Amino acid sequence: MTSRLLELQDLLFAWPGTRQNYLAISEFHLNRGETLFLHGPSGCGKSTLLSLLAGVLLPHTGDVSLLGIPWKALPATERDRYRVDHLGYIFQQFNLLTYLTALDNVLLPCHFSTRRREAAKHHAGSARKAAEYWLQGMGLDESIWQRPAHKLSVGQQQRVAAARALIGQPDLVIADEPTSALDEDSRAVFLDLLLSSCAAADTALVFVSHDHRIASRFSRQISLPSINQALHNEVPG
Amino acid sequence: MSKLFLIQLAWRSAWNRRFTLALTICSIALSTFMLLGVERVRTDLRSSFSSAVSGTDLVVGARTGSVPLLLYSVFHVGAATNNIRWASVEAIKHLRGVAWVVPLSLGDSHRGFAVLGTTQDYFEHFRYGEQQPLQLREGQRFSKLYDAVIGAEVADRLGYQLGERITLAHGTGEVSLGADHSDKPFTVVGMLARTGTPVDRTVHISLEAMEAIHVDWMAGAPFPGMQINAEETQKMNLQPKSVTAAMVGLHSRAAVFSVQRQINNFTEEPLMSILPGVALDELWDVVGVGEKALLLMSSLVALVSMAGLMSVVLAGLNERRRELAILRAVGASLQHVLLLLALEGALLTLTGVILGITTLAGCVLVLGPWLQSSLGLTLVLVEPTAMQGILLATLLVTGWLASLLPGWRAYRLSLADGLSPRI
Repeated sequence: MTSRLLELQDLLFAWPGTRQNYLAISEFHLNRGETLFLHGPSGCGKSTLLSLLAGVLLPHTGDVSLLGIPWKALPATERDRYRVDHLGYIFQQFNLLTYLTALDNVLLPCHFSTRRREAAKHHAGSARKAAEYWLQGMGLDESIWQRPAHKLSVGQQQRVAAARALIGQPDLVIADEPTSALDEDSRAVFLDLLLSSCAAADTALVFVSHDHRIASRFSRQISLPSINQALHNEVPG
Repeated sequence: MSKLFLIQLAWRSAWNRRFTLALTICSIALSTFMLLGVERVRTDLRSSFSSAVSGTDLVVGARTGSVPLLLYSVFHVGAATNNIRWASVEAIKHLRGVAWVVPLSLGDSHRGFAVLGTTQDYFEHFRYGEQQPLQLREGQRFSKLYDAVIGAEVADRLGYQLGERITLAHGTGEVSLGADHSDKPFTVVGMLARTGTPVDRTVHISLEAMEAIHVDWMAGAPFPGMQINAEETQKMNLQPKSVTAAMVGLHSRAAVFSVQRQINNFTEEPLMSILPGVALDELWDVVGVGEKALLLMSSLVALVSMAGLMSVVLAGLNERRRELAILRAVGASLQHVLLLLALEGALLTLTGVILGITTLAGCVLVLGPWLQSSLGLTLVLVEPTAMQGILLATLLVTGWLASLLPGWRAYRLSLADGLSPRI
């Protein structure tokens, strides 16, 4: 089995209505279990690259493959299913369904993905136990598991989001500036928990941030402008 | 993924937005209420108008237009230009093909309600709506000279009971001009069941009674120096000399034009006879503008309702973008998102429509009697008409579609929303 998880070849991407390429990356890859720190100035295309890696956007030329399967080769509905089976997300903000409890939020991917549900069962005996395991792993006390998401602090919400991304041990977690809303202490705690949990789940991590101080915590660091050969000043709409 | 989970999710999401959704439900309920209400009023207006008389083949009166004759003889609106002689009524009875003749004598009133002098045959032969005969709610038909049978609205509005003593006024205005028949009071002996026709607003007395209260009158005023009391009139010959109009029933509908021709060519005095159905249609052409205005209003209400519904749903969409982005990120597919929105949309629209119908039914029940007594509008609770069915279905489908269309947009935007939120 190849150790390559994610592969990107000869990628060209332009936003509709523009002639200039926004991203032009000849080669990029991520191995299984690897943690990658992706950085670059605002508007350099980090979120666009994440969308391409996750198959939300498709490149005009070139391929982005997850586990050897190019996103392009899958029909839209298949892409949705493949994505949830193999990918977990942590957004910058607005991560949880506020009307669900912390536990129910973590369980969400298991309702939509059979693969994740089975993996969670295999790992902890049941999806619920797996959710409790990851909540505990994120340092969240049992007393808040049944608390509605809107009653949690921002730091707690991000940790619940991380637990949700990790349940069912997906092959890859994409985190788009998840620490930007946290203070320094919470940021350090969150990062410790996320990295150790990814290691425990053997999950690769693509972590986007502006904060270079934490870059050394990752196995690899990449500056997007250094691999993007497209010259652009435009910020995507 | 289990459907139960999706239903639970839809319910919890809806409960989380209960105040916005309550607003949407109220908007749908209001739309339903307005749409069906206006349509109800429109159909009831038409039916209460066209059901005023049925089963009568011809209406006979002095020569005038067919609409004025119908107006004063059936709707008790306006006054006859001339009366018809009693001898003519008798002659019409003997025309070939005539089964019955009910004479009608009008011109007096009781507190604004028309007084109709007629015979017992009126209760036998008069039909309204779908050939329905008159029925007594309480009491009996008039048998003594000064007995009166009142319509349902007269009884309800004036709060009359059986045995009530009433006096009649000369003329048809609500305000008495001083001349009345208070020396000859009547006793209410019967109350008719509601018909939704002018009968409800009529006081019925016998032809003889109509004659009796006018024996000491001449040319519309009491005859000076002449006063005959109620007791004395009992012994007099009260055969009327003339009546206002007459309703004629035939043995066979086929003879209607032949009898009509004979009456119209009557040599003793100038008469005219009309087919009430034809005259009703003529009259409706005049007053039907109101119905057309209501129909236009119905359509406008429908249009505004749909637009309102769309805007409420679209306004609520921004609130949902974040939620849909999260659901998409955790694996909800297009089908899931659409199913979630469709489930909520269907439930909302259905609840709104049911609430609207219930409110309308409640209003008809509560306000019906008031509308009937103050505006003369008869609103009845019946199963929806075909038109109302179509309107309801349109409302349901539009409401449902209104909730789906934004869903499509939300689906397309939501994942990108989640990755780079612009909220």
